[in-house]
Amino acid sequence: MHMSDLSPAAPPRRNWLQQLEIDLRLLGMIGAFALVCLCFWIVTDGRFLSARNIFNLTIQTVSVAIMATGMVFIIVCRHIDLSVGAILALASAMMGMMQARWLPGIFGLELGHPLIAPLTMVTGLLVGTAIGALNGWLVGYQRIPAFIVTLGGLLIWRYVGWYLTAGQTIAPLDQTFLLFGGAEGTLGVTTSWIVGGLASIAALWVIYGARRRKQSHGFPVRPIWAEGAVMALVVGLIMGFVAILNSYELPQAKLKRIFEARGEVMPEGYTQGYGLPISVLILILVAVAMTVIARRTRFGRYIFATGGNPDAAELSGINTRLLTVKIFALMGFLCGLSAIIAQARLQSHPNDIGTLDELRVIAAAVIGGTALSGGIGTIYGAILGALIMQSLQSGMAMVGADAPLQNIVVGVVLVLAVWIDIQYRRRLGMR
Amino acid sequence: MTPLVEMRDISIAFGGIKAVDHVSIDLYPGEVVGLLGHNGAGKSTLIKCLSGAYRADAGEIYIDGQKVDIRNTRDARALNIETIYQTLALADNLDAASNLFLGRELVTPSGLLDESRMEAETRRIMARLNPNFRKFADPVMALSGGQRQSVAIARAVYFNARILIMDEPTAALGPQETQMVAELIQELKRQGLGIFLIEHDIHAVMKLCDRAVVMKNGQRVGTVRVDEVTDDDILGMIIMGKKPAQAA
Ligand SMILES: Nc1ncnc2c1ncn2[C@@H]1O[C@H](COP(=O)(O)OP(=O)(O)O)[C@@H](O)[C@H]1O
Ligand SMILES: [Mg+2]
Repeated sequence: MHMSDLSPAAPPRRNWLQQLEIDLRLLGMIGAFALVCLCFWIVTDGRFLSARNIFNLTIQTVSVAIMATGMVFIIVCRHIDLSVGAILALASAMMGMMQARWLPGIFGLELGHPLIAPLTMVTGLLVGTAIGALNGWLVGYQRIPAFIVTLGGLLIWRYVGWYLTAGQTIAPLDQTFLLFGGAEGTLGVTTSWIVGGLASIAALWVIYGARRRKQSHGFPVRPIWAEGAVMALVVGLIMGFVAILNSYELPQAKLKRIFEARGEVMPEGYTQGYGLPISVLILILVAVAMTVIARRTRFGRYIFATGGNPDAAELSGINTRLLTVKIFALMGFLCGLSAIIAQARLQSHPNDIGTLDELRVIAAAVIGGTALSGGIGTIYGAILGALIMQSLQSGMAMVGADAPLQNIVVGVVLVLAVWIDIQYRRRLGMR
Repeated sequence: MTPLVEMRDISIAFGGIKAVDHVSIDLYPGEVVGLLGHNGAGKSTLIKCLSGAYRADAGEIYIDGQKVDIRNTRDARALNIETIYQTLALADNLDAASNLFLGRELVTPSGLLDESRMEAETRRIMARLNPNFRKFADPVMALSGGQRQSVAIARAVYFNARILIMDEPTAALGPQETQMVAELIQELKRQGLGIFLIEHDIHAVMKLCDRAVVMKNGQRVGTVRVDEVTDDDILGMIIMGKKPAQAA
């Protein structure tokens, strides 16, 4: 963003940071995240940044991060959704019953049937989307405040799930389904490198495409060195992340069991890296899709316009009621998706699945710079927010801080993050 | 000649308040019609029935002699009716181009927003309307009152309006910018647009308008040709709510 009134007569002097044109807020958040990592790295003697912990950290973040991207749209539109944890729980209950009881019992698909996982997942996504759409209809067309609708939902949906399962924990789950949980389903070293390579190429293509589009209209572009630096940074981050996940190896005992199950003997000195978990890959795809929606589609543009000025949006011919339904339905869909991942990670459906997730999800979005006054928020911010919170929690657990202290620290960070954000915006003369 | 716009017997009430009470006005191509009256007289509400923001409780609207049903702002836009609202109706968190194209975005063949083309078009029209405008990348909340106004004006002018509604377009402007808007109105008038201009400055009305409609308490006091009356006649109508004797 250019903050000065640039005039052609006096070419602006820009320092190297401005020439890179990297979002300052993004930089601040990465800085905060790096600081958190550095502190824990020191106090844990390096354990915090071990491949194993980074692997676990990303897996633990996925479910909340996916929902946080949807919450950005909700909050940008000046609404709130307190029911996400409850929707996740109901979707999870439905999926648990589907794969462990109904499909085998009623439809006669025996355990391990290839159709069980896809049917189950579609059910979860549909349940989430339907409840989300219902929320949106109540908010958009019936004009009930979102806070009330979703506070009701918070009380309702989890316990509808409770009746479905008669309060029981449901396990064991379908083997294919478990692949979406994290450690049980990773791409392995080679495929991870390939995915990283493809992602790098795609990122470079996007950066190059944006540059060419600007040039074709005669808009100013970054100097070549800055463009190169940004490209190198992006590729470095992608490949570095893959390298770390690849370097975390399956425990020897687990490998032995895998070989034994196949009736083979494990060769001496054999090792195998985990690589990219499928759940993390899903989060990355969600992040990309949601960013494209936010920045490059009419739908996204209307969300931000409505959040910035609902009257203006209405006068521009935007159907803000239908928009509300779509936003909440999308949120519900993402809850369903998170339910798949959370349930697969726990390898069961416990009735307290996703408890307090609504607060984690809202906190992630808000730490990530989403303004409750509406109109402002980013997808990458929400994901970084989720990552920062999970890091704090897991880091403190590592140094032996108990749960009450963890909550206190996360609470303080939440308020602090919003305070810093407000100061930052005031500096820029916004709001 | 058929009028470009004819609003017949329009009424609209909010709760118990009759904001507009059986008002009829019309507008011809190449004509500027001023709407005058105290705050709360019902000027904005009346033109919002034409722009699609409100639906009248009673009355009819004719465009080119054809009866039309304007249910929302999309309908109005489809009839080439463009509006600059008193509140400007800008999304403060979005930049100038996003506001200019709000609800009518340009898209690439793949259906994604064509940001660069929208920015290029915005730069093109701004070069004509407000050559000093530079803040294309900033959200409009970072703009001055005059700059915001020029974004709202650009949005109304860009889409080839035939009927232009301007609700106090110079309220936030300095003298120089006000002069620019006056020149723009005269140019658009020459191009054959019909313009409804809500304006408090009586001198601007006398200079720019062909006819003036005076409203008070939701009712039309009268319609006069500005070259047949004096400033004081119109002021009298606004204050007393009565038509002067000499104007027929
Ligand atoms: N949306 C609304 N809800 C309730 N009352 C309104 C609304 N819009 C306008 N009014 C009322 O209608 C009357 C006319 O207002 P308005 O058309 O804004 O006047 P003007 O533009 O001439 O100053 C006022 O009494 C105002 O309070
Ligand atoms: Mg008004």
